[in-house]
Amino acid sequence: MVLELRKPRPVWQIMFSTHHTDVALLYTITGMAFLFMAGVLALMIRTHLFFPGQAILISDPATFNRIFTVHGLTMLFLFALPFAAGIGNYLVPIMVRYKDMAYPKLNAVAFWMNPIGGALLWLGFSDTSWVSYAPYSVIRAPGPAADMMIFGLKILGISSILSSINFIVTILKCKHPDLPLRQVPLFAWSILTVSLMTVVAMPTYAASLIMLLTDRLGVSGFFNPSLGGDPIAYLHLFWFTFHPEVYIFLLPAIGMMYELIPRFSRKPLFSQGSGVFAFVMLGLIGFASWGHHMYSTGMDFTTKVVFMIGTLAAVPASGMHVFNFLATMWGGRIRFAAPMKFAVGGIALFFSAGAGGVLNSAMPLDFITHGTYWVVGHMHLFLTGTIAFGFVAMMYYMFPFITGRMYSEKLANIHFIMMMWGTVQVFFTQHLLGLEGMARRIYDYPPEFTSWVQLNQIATVGAWILGGSFVIFLANLIYHSAKGKEANMDDPFGLGGKYYYPYQAKNPTHHTGY
Amino acid sequence: MGHDTAEWVFVAIVIAILFYVGVDSWIVQKEVEEIPADAEVIKVTGQQWFWSFEHADGTKEKITLHLQKGHAYNFEIYAKDVMHSFNIPDYVVFEDAVPGHVNHAWFSPDQVGEFPIQCREYCGIGHYQMRGSLVVEEGKS
Repeated sequence: MVLELRKPRPVWQIMFSTHHTDVALLYTITGMAFLFMAGVLALMIRTHLFFPGQAILISDPATFNRIFTVHGLTMLFLFALPFAAGIGNYLVPIMVRYKDMAYPKLNAVAFWMNPIGGALLWLGFSDTSWVSYAPYSVIRAPGPAADMMIFGLKILGISSILSSINFIVTILKCKHPDLPLRQVPLFAWSILTVSLMTVVAMPTYAASLIMLLTDRLGVSGFFNPSLGGDPIAYLHLFWFTFHPEVYIFLLPAIGMMYELIPRFSRKPLFSQGSGVFAFVMLGLIGFASWGHHMYSTGMDFTTKVVFMIGTLAAVPASGMHVFNFLATMWGGRIRFAAPMKFAVGGIALFFSAGAGGVLNSAMPLDFITHGTYWVVGHMHLFLTGTIAFGFVAMMYYMFPFITGRMYSEKLANIHFIMMMWGTVQVFFTQHLLGLEGMARRIYDYPPEFTSWVQLNQIATVGAWILGGSFVIFLANLIYHSAKGKEANMDDPFGLGGKYYYPYQAKNPTHHTGY
Repeated sequence: MGHDTAEWVFVAIVIAILFYVGVDSWIVQKEVEEIPADAEVIKVTGQQWFWSFEHADGTKEKITLHLQKGHAYNFEIYAKDVMHSFNIPDYVVFEDAVPGHVNHAWFSPDQVGEFPIQCREYCGIGHYQMRGSLVVEEGKS
């Protein structure tokens, strides 16, 4: 097993390395750094909204608009995607029994595009909102901020495409000849699925960014009605990428749960085949639903129906994953170490996020929820509740393998309780806030709307609990990476029995089939 | 493969629930979108950062809109600069205002009173202040 941090290594050796485990560390650590930066922005927003009519922490609406824009961009492009790429980089070559990624140098190049893209996003600090709709981002966002955002996103998009190509070739072409594709672990399947989806979906966004830029420069009128264009064209191009993209954010976390649930239940996975089928189905059907972000743009009835059907059709696939997890746990001898707590918590929140999503997809109900805090609550239940929970679970799990030491289970418990409580308190409350009619992306709200004030205050307290949980997480990992008890490298979590960790040198079969 | 009857039953239940949601949505949306022939057209224009209105008889209003209880109204929604979204939350009136497009939303207020109007599509620094008021008065015949 590779123990990167056990022996001190010069940082520059890791930084210039092309070995997949080193690139994985770079992705993961920079991803976590951006998570904290974007988290601070979120806490500023929530604190500011605690009292209406006050300029707490954020002095003016222009700054507020920039803060929520950069929060969204950072969490999605600089944390969620890179972190998944990091865990993918670490595990996928091992899971397909190959020595590295297919293109190690390209791998490192793709990583380094992330800090560069991130620098452009943060130095620009655009105020267009992360979706950057036309015409606002064309005619009402003058100056370098939006241009830097566009260039930064282009670089990040290319990075995503390059790393996807790398994963696809590694999994399909470099896997060991004795390993049939359908027996490759489900985490690798999730990475394969999202990589294929990225290669199909991302170029559309790259095109729309170029179109946005040329419109801004005044040399085209793609989204300008007076030149024969249409702002709705931007929305189609954008959501054609970003609906599949939300599944791209989600699937690696589900894949990580597939690594954890069978092991910590000390029971074989219920169905490898169902998992593969569900990933592939979601990968395909995810492309059929983008218009549900645009129900209120003036779409005709039939088009709305088609997109509603496309949206609903993807739900059974997610349901199959939940069933797979529950059926695996059923009758198992569960060891509720931190990774398992977070995985199971993540599944519960995934279910509630999905339930809210079914409501949104129902056309009439979407007219109540679109553009309100309901959507903010819904999407964060997926992003924080499923994706972040999955990522945290995976980090606790990988920690002993990477550092050779154990984290503190006591601190991890406190982290779990606070993160679960905080997530529920902010994001469930925001569903209610949305039903009360509070719009998104607003700097302030009328203080006479007492229900809005109360719900905002409850949500802010929840956000602080959530933020605090991350501080405990960070402290736990950093302290114990140096001072933690030495882990039993054969079985750090005391699972016992025949459930080999696939990436142990001792594992005779070194593939799934446990 | 490990497939089990329980899994088939589970997936069947999920699909049944979704089918119900889909069919019910179809029915309700079809009903909601049928604009009555006698609905009075009110032109609504969204621009940074206020709403303005024009009644069928040419009367213009800004920020506050006066309508009568029990009458049907069909909003014709325009945008002058960027995307906005015309929203009267209490009556679930909600449709985007898009430059170059004319969108429609209709309703019939059944209660007298004052109801907030807001913009629900991010449109810049004044987005949070792009609020208005719908005043519903007793209908004159």
